Amino acid sequence: MINFSYSIWLLLIPLMMFFILGLAGHKLGPRLSGLLGTSGLAIITMLSFIIAYSYFFGTPKNGEGFKAIIAYNITWLQLIDNLHIDIGVLLDPISVMMLIVVSTVSFMVHIYSLGYMKGERGYERFFAFLSLFTFSMLGLVVAPNIFQMYIFWELVGISSYLLIGFYYQKPSAVAASKKAFIVTRFADLGFLIGILILSFYTKTFDFITLTDPSGPAIAKTGGATFMGLSVITWSMIFVYMGGVGKSAMFPFHIWLPDAMEGPTPVSALIHAATMVVAGVYLVARLFPVYVMASPQALHIIAYVGAFSSLFAAVIACTQTDIKRVLAYSTMSQIGYMMLALGVSGYGGHNGLGFMASMFHLFTHAMFKALLFLGAGAIIHAVHSNFMTDMGGLRKYLPITHITFLIACLSIAGVPLFAGFFSKDEILAAAFEHNKFLFAVEYAVAGLTAFYMFRLYFSIFWGKETQYHHTPHEAPLTMTIPLIILALGAALTGFIPFNKLVTSDGLPFESHLDWGVAVPSVIIGLLGITVAWAMYSKSSNLPDRVASAFRLGYKWAYNKFYMDELYLFITKKIIFRYISEPVAWFDRHIVDGTMNAIATVTQVTSFRIRKFQSGQIQQYAFVYISGVIFLVILLVYIWR
Amino acid sequence: MDILSLFIIIPLLTITGIILVKDIRNVKKVAAIGMGIQLILAAVLIFLYVAERKGGNISEMLFIKDIVWFKSLNIHYAVGVDGISVAMIALTSIVVFAGIFASWEVELLTKEFFISLILLATGVFGFFISIDLFTLFLFYELAVIPMYLLIGIWGSGPKEYSAMKLTLMLMGASALLLVGILGIYMHSAPSGNQLTFNILEIKQYVIPITAQRTFFPFTFVGFGVLGALFPFHTWSPDGHSSAPTAVSMLHAGVLMKLGGYGAFRVAIYLMPEAAKELSWIFLILTSISVVYGAFGAIAQKDLKYINAYSSVSHCGLVLFAILMMNKTAMNGAVIQMISHGLMTALFFALIGMIYGRTHTRLINEMGGLMKVIPFLSVCYVIAGLASLGLPGLSGFVAEMTIFVGAFQHPDLFHRVVTIVAITSIVITAVYILRVIAILLLGPVTNPKYENFRDARWYEKTSVIALILPVAAIGMAPFWLSSTISSSMQPIIDKIMAINLF
Repeated sequence: MINFSYSIWLLLIPLMMFFILGLAGHKLGPRLSGLLGTSGLAIITMLSFIIAYSYFFGTPKNGEGFKAIIAYNITWLQLIDNLHIDIGVLLDPISVMMLIVVSTVSFMVHIYSLGYMKGERGYERFFAFLSLFTFSMLGLVVAPNIFQMYIFWELVGISSYLLIGFYYQKPSAVAASKKAFIVTRFADLGFLIGILILSFYTKTFDFITLTDPSGPAIAKTGGATFMGLSVITWSMIFVYMGGVGKSAMFPFHIWLPDAMEGPTPVSALIHAATMVVAGVYLVARLFPVYVMASPQALHIIAYVGAFSSLFAAVIACTQTDIKRVLAYSTMSQIGYMMLALGVSGYGGHNGLGFMASMFHLFTHAMFKALLFLGAGAIIHAVHSNFMTDMGGLRKYLPITHITFLIACLSIAGVPLFAGFFSKDEILAAAFEHNKFLFAVEYAVAGLTAFYMFRLYFSIFWGKETQYHHTPHEAPLTMTIPLIILALGAALTGFIPFNKLVTSDGLPFESHLDWGVAVPSVIIGLLGITVAWAMYSKSSNLPDRVASAFRLGYKWAYNKFYMDELYLFITKKIIFRYISEPVAWFDRHIVDGTMNAIATVTQVTSFRIRKFQSGQIQQYAFVYISGVIFLVILLVYIWR
Repeated sequence: MDILSLFIIIPLLTITGIILVKDIRNVKKVAAIGMGIQLILAAVLIFLYVAERKGGNISEMLFIKDIVWFKSLNIHYAVGVDGISVAMIALTSIVVFAGIFASWEVELLTKEFFISLILLATGVFGFFISIDLFTLFLFYELAVIPMYLLIGIWGSGPKEYSAMKLTLMLMGASALLLVGILGIYMHSAPSGNQLTFNILEIKQYVIPITAQRTFFPFTFVGFGVLGALFPFHTWSPDGHSSAPTAVSMLHAGVLMKLGGYGAFRVAIYLMPEAAKELSWIFLILTSISVVYGAFGAIAQKDLKYINAYSSVSHCGLVLFAILMMNKTAMNGAVIQMISHGLMTALFFALIGMIYGRTHTRLINEMGGLMKVIPFLSVCYVIAGLASLGLPGLSGFVAEMTIFVGAFQHPDLFHRVVTIVAITSIVITAVYILRVIAILLLGPVTNPKYENFRDARWYEKTSVIALILPVAAIGMAPFWLSSTISSSMQPIIDKIMAINLF
């Protein structure tokens, strides 16, 4: 047994970096701060790879598959005798895989930011926040219990808030950051309620106990029910609500496109590769509970995932801001992962969906981070986010062009690129389980290829735009991460996930299903061809197509009016119809009553004080009248 | 001299010192030194307390001092502390210390201001160390009276109105409280025996249930008014908005905690049967407080009003948790009192400092302060994050302990009120982020702001003294939580002894 207790440094290093850069960053200066933050990440990445190597290849397996290891654990807060919040490190195949994803992408983004953020005001602050994010995300990934996950879940939320609002003098960035936090907070409310229900009935927060097939969550499901579903199912639905928020699934996706207001490296790190897949990770973490104790919740996951992926793909076809296209694409791809989990079973080949989901999470992190960083290099060069301002850039940005193309080929599922393998596994899993969901995802595969190549052709081909000054290739600090990630996007498909990351820890045999792969390649190529025909040369074809489907186009272009709905709920219902009436009620009714009591007292006392006039005649009159009245009264009674 | 009485003597000596000081400029220095000593004393008390507990002393209250004061009615001056009171004393000394530095710029009647302020603090300290109901009530009154002067003289806006309203409502509350306390006293021993005001003696006897039913509402509402129980909270927005900075800090930070502290130390501890029977009424009221205060805060425009409503919401949660009557929730209630005390004092301190620069408290008239006064703005953000329950800061620990504790009641009623209370975490995020967005972020709205000077040394002292414990509790809650929880045990034992649940 290898001792993994050093893995706690994964959390301590970025936390220390955050404090150093946050408190002393302005004294260190931008250069030193950037280097310090990046070298911290270099150590973490190295550690992650060492951990991954010794976990997957260093431990003797004896045919038992991969076991979960608690590498570190301390009690942080005692709540009830048998319920306590621990902080620790849990290593199992999915957490180790996520460690690789998070640390690699974060490291690349750090290097990239050294160049991208150069000369920005608040450079040290940026690196401090990146460290905070890395700390939070790693803490989420290695959480051995659901409450630690919730703690770090909130912390990644706040890191995301701080980084989206990095340009805090820009009103749109401020609004976007606020929206992102509040929407996800609302979803986290569900997560918290889910945790409360789950922990009440199982008396534990611990993942290993929860996911144990003979443990309290799974074996004891015959207990209490509510509205026809078991309490465990309810709690898992609530927990999933948190995942829906964080992973920007419908209907909580509205924050993600706006989050693109943040600096582009942040979009690559948080809103493409790591934080937004936290919801998928959460479901994967509790997967045995979903499969064995709450299949209804798993159905919800599958349908939410499928709908989100279609919904987002349609919108992505109409957007012109390149970062927003990528944002909707992210949402769509995460929908894929959710669907894969939703259609999966447990153990052996039944767990194909689980494996495919994790596989896609991994490859997606590579190519989507690459796409965003490439988009950053393009924006850096032309100073615009809109693809309408771009065209013919392949001559000016050769490295960006090639790496971007690799990412596009990968996401479109062209054979031998990473995305092809993982997407094929997802489609195969969906095909085995549910033909309808398979058909949806099949269509989405075509749309994906179309909108990605629409983006690619409009940026790098198409009409030659007149630029104010000749765009030039990004500096080395930015291109090196692009090249490394491009290697990842091209080659990670060959990693044997079916041997490493499976639902039950045991390897299983899985082959490329050509019956699914060939049609999906065909529809992918079809999408690329359509995009080529419409966007590779300057033409009015796109406009003609748009006007042919005028109504649909308009709806998709306006994101099916979800933002308007959100504004209606927040501005109108919450502010106008709840908060303001509450404030009015408080001032006028509750406080008014208090004031009225005071006024009545005052008025009464003003009236009564007339009796205390100080005139002896009046007192004598009252006294004598009283005596007479009493005498009459007494006589009347005793008579 | 016992250590607890020092907590009353030092403020009184400081007041004497202030009276004797000739140079008006030295007044604040004397006050700062006095309260600094008080802060050190609080640290010593924590140390002694922990040492005593480590040494194996398991009696409920430590450092007891009992002097007969008025023999025929058996009134004593009796003091003693458990972990909860020690925590509250530490909270009070931090807030008072920070409050002195936050009022460094008071020009009007400086001497009188600091005298009243420290007198108020004396009352609060006395309240927390008392184990005799009579002394407790006496100190409670001592804390309320200077408030009238402090708001009426040094306040702003409609200060006479607010001061009068606050004092009258709190006086009304103490009338109820007096009835409650006398009721407890009258039934504090089997007939024929010597009646007593001492909490430790009363708790050994079960007050007859009929008397409990009568006097529990008096006591609980009496304390509840101070803890901003809906619908008796309306003194809070007016009072806070008119009060000078340090008074708002002390008031929201510690004075409102007298309500929560009294509610479980007196009302629930001594009359658990009635508390159990009647808790549903108050649970409804407090869960309304929690949500209603938060919604009220969204629509406000004045920074102090926002915070006052926020306090209604957070203090509502304290009373809510106390009424859950189990160890975890009540434990959370105490942590919430401390956490809210610190962060709301921080809020009011910062609002005072911002007001000192912009001369307005209306958020719509300000904007972009982050760029011009980054230190204060970052501190405001930290206070906001603590308030919305971010892990790593104290609010999270308190809220989670309360929610997990409250959720241990399996019946539908408790579930529903708990979930209603939990929704406040979202509403709180809405109003906190709204203020941060309008007030601190965005472009600088007024060119005059460019000349602002960021925090001065005394402002930094005040703010850092409050932020440090907020962060410390948030990151390492174990010590505080276990201290409180072991002191909560006698109260829980009393509740369990009558087999309520």
